[in-house]
Amino acid sequence: MTPQVIETHQLTAAEYDKIVSLLGREPTYTELGIFSVMWSEHCSYKSSRLHLKKLPTESKLVLQGPGENAGIIDIGDGYAIAFKIESHNHPSFIEPFQGAATGVGGILRDIFTMGARPIAVMDALRFGPLDKPRNRRILEGVVSGIAHYGNCFGVPTVGGECVFEECYNGNPLVNVFALGVFRHDQIFYGKATGVGNPVIYVGAKTGRDGIHGASMASAEFTEESKQKRPNVQVGDPFLEKLLLEACLEAMQTGAIVGIQDMGAAGLTCSTCEMGSRAGTGVEVDLMHVPQRETGMTPYEIMLSESQERMLLVAEAGREDEVFRVFRKWGLDAVAIGRVTDDGILRIKDHGQVVAEIPNRALADEAPLYDRPHTTPHRPVPITAPRGILDRRDGTTLQSDLVALVSSGDICSKRWIWEQYDYLVRSSTIEGPGADAAVVRIKETGTSIAMALDGNARYSVLDPREGARLIVAECCRNLSTAGALPVAATNNLNFGNPERPEIMAQLVESIEGIAEACRFFETPITGGNVSLYNETLGEAIWPTPVMGIVGLMKTAKPTPIHFQQPGRAVLLLGRFGACDETRFGGTQYVKVVLKSLWGLPPALDMHYEKRVQQAIREIVGAGLAESAHDISDGGFAVALAECCFGSAVIGASVELDLSDPLEIALFHENPSRILISTADAPAVLELASKFHVECAQIGVTMKERVQISNRSKWLIDCPLHDLKQSWDQALETRLTRS
Amino acid sequence: MKFGVVVFPGSNRDHDACFAISKILGENATFIWHDSTTLGDVDAVILPGGFSYGDYLRCGAIAKFSPVMQGIRKFAASGGLVLGICNGFQILVEAGLLPGALVRNRGLKFVCKWTPLRVETTNSPFTAAASKGQRLMVPVAHGEGCYIADDRTLDQLDAEDRVVLRYLDNPNGSMRDIAGILNEGRNVMGLMPHPEDATEPLMGSTDGLVILQSMVSQLVAAH
Repeated sequence: MTPQVIETHQLTAAEYDKIVSLLGREPTYTELGIFSVMWSEHCSYKSSRLHLKKLPTESKLVLQGPGENAGIIDIGDGYAIAFKIESHNHPSFIEPFQGAATGVGGILRDIFTMGARPIAVMDALRFGPLDKPRNRRILEGVVSGIAHYGNCFGVPTVGGECVFEECYNGNPLVNVFALGVFRHDQIFYGKATGVGNPVIYVGAKTGRDGIHGASMASAEFTEESKQKRPNVQVGDPFLEKLLLEACLEAMQTGAIVGIQDMGAAGLTCSTCEMGSRAGTGVEVDLMHVPQRETGMTPYEIMLSESQERMLLVAEAGREDEVFRVFRKWGLDAVAIGRVTDDGILRIKDHGQVVAEIPNRALADEAPLYDRPHTTPHRPVPITAPRGILDRRDGTTLQSDLVALVSSGDICSKRWIWEQYDYLVRSSTIEGPGADAAVVRIKETGTSIAMALDGNARYSVLDPREGARLIVAECCRNLSTAGALPVAATNNLNFGNPERPEIMAQLVESIEGIAEACRFFETPITGGNVSLYNETLGEAIWPTPVMGIVGLMKTAKPTPIHFQQPGRAVLLLGRFGACDETRFGGTQYVKVVLKSLWGLPPALDMHYEKRVQQAIREIVGAGLAESAHDISDGGFAVALAECCFGSAVIGASVELDLSDPLEIALFHENPSRILISTADAPAVLELASKFHVECAQIGVTMKERVQISNRSKWLIDCPLHDLKQSWDQALETRLTRS
Repeated sequence: MKFGVVVFPGSNRDHDACFAISKILGENATFIWHDSTTLGDVDAVILPGGFSYGDYLRCGAIAKFSPVMQGIRKFAASGGLVLGICNGFQILVEAGLLPGALVRNRGLKFVCKWTPLRVETTNSPFTAAASKGQRLMVPVAHGEGCYIADDRTLDQLDAEDRVVLRYLDNPNGSMRDIAGILNEGRNVMGLMPHPEDATEPLMGSTDGLVILQSMVSQLVAAH
């Protein structure tokens, strides 16, 4: 092998030497390709593995933690849920529609390969600002790609988030979360057990698409990246729907002993991981692999990332039961090899051995780096630019509020989610636009609440505190809906880990997540790390995204919107004050002052936990007519959001704040929830039981939003106009030429 | 009463329909596989929503050739009740069991939203239990639900009282706000909205029930 060949496979000289010593000889070209994808950052987590070990992964409810295709949580009554989040950032930049579509397809396969039927999808999206035509094009492509795949497959897309920052200009993020349900006795694992058992290939034929996708996702973007378009796979949601039904039906025959999807690194990853998990070997002959194109080399077949394929191991002698099911669904199912007892991944082509590698060398002996990390990269100052707040004198609060509710991050995302079928399966009881989505399990009387949260503004200011804040917010979103948060998945989107100041962002974020997830008792059951999110040397801000699930009894969840006029409006938690430094990461500073500085808001996790316990109790007792947590945009924005329901109910609140009022109304201190209720005394009593402040601050009313301070009007506007600004903002931005 | 729910490869609201009929209405529901040429002993048939055969061509254009359609044609010709929902409506139109065509939404995008409908006629086995002018809140979820037909067909549908449902807030550009229509025999109905997804308070509306209940009453009366 020449150094160039090794370098084009994104392997270092030291990594190559390790391959040679593991094999005891030089690898063949096919073997080099196999090592290069399995040892890529995407598949091996070589930069992050050391730190991911710090995450809590266990609780009484965790049936399966990290290491499988998805984590599994016990939800009672003999049922369980499988869920995970995964990124498809790099492909979505190169080809937004197919990149996002196959991102959905990939995570859905991770769920149903475990035996679970997917029942919900959510997406965390990040784009550059929409004043650039290219960003509009990427957003439209990504959204229609998600819609195309999820709608046809028949899984509801029930929520998510969408944020715009300059740092995502050349590097959009598409993180897809999926969740499925099954009985405990329907759980399947990706293990090639039983020496002599046949290894069966099912689903789409293999083509040349997506070769080296995993390595592409492990490198920075350069000017030449667009030439990598052929590396992006093309998705077929119809085929995936057939694959889902066929796999679940075949699993019922009892003839399947192990199954894994072919995702990143395709046939390579599925064969060696299944063998490695079971401590067995796998031998396949590529001449049996169904192929879409002629003349494919073993290298290409092993590295193809063609979509909608699965690998399964059946009980010897019962192959026909499996074949029969796949025939019924019109799918290819072919025995391509068998399980052996030698622990070797042996690839043959028409009987000729073309690769022979110990499974463990690929799956478990991948390089592990303790990359140097210094202090996190921090592109902005601690203190506010001189004088930036001096010009604010409390006279523009109303126009500031309008600007905020019509800003990209806060405005209604209806334009996006109306393109998603969020109702299919008739189980969505809270869909997009709420703090948390809620999907019922028809079989159990239990509902699953789920939320995605990330805040790169906070994370870039302080990765550790930012991570703790998003865990807290995600749990708060679930608690506000009345659910008990029980488990989490995370998607860590960062720049190049070989830069110590970027590695520091990653390490501190993981440690922050670990601390908060331990504290809130939401163990991490799996997730995804996406590194090298850089274009032309410019890294994205650190963007950890949390997906947390909660359990609740099946019932109509408490809405976020005010329902009736004349109800008491209560603030649960301290109104709180905020200094200039901790104001610097807010949406107000972003939208109105167009700046960023300082530190994220301060979080007291013990207090936060009490607030969440209180709201769960209040909501559980049916005392709240509405409940909505205060987050992006602070108090004033949250109050406006409470008014944006179909009932068109506004509110009038009276506050006692000191200057500067901009900070008071728009700071983003956590641990605060707005409640409307017909029984204020009962809510106050429950709050005091948890030693949490709670005060009535106003009443709901028809058609207006009013905020006064010490008997002086700060904001008084017709609800209709404010809601219109919020509702139309995204569409207006997308349709202007 | 026994409802048959046809399952094409790519059907994805088959389970929703089955759940509404069996768990909410308490009637029998059975799946009919697309390659079956007979329907068995069912009293009524539902063609559910989804993307039959992927719908990569025109929606429903391939499904109309599937073996089960022979059974559906016979069943419809003998007066059996056939309800096509969303993709089912598209298939019935492609198969010529209902007039007109369903094309790309005017907004060119898939649209999923709760949509108010008005019951235009109660002279049908699908709406006999409703009242004329009744407002129904039912969701739509489709990319190609814009109903079109030539003026003569539209006039004829109106003249013969065969427009069952109209949109009050047209989500897809359908001509004359048409959301659901009947065949000449009034025993075959197609509609784009999803009554099966509006059958419980938990889902946000029970307005879809009236359509399924009308069918049950009709079948009970005929027995």
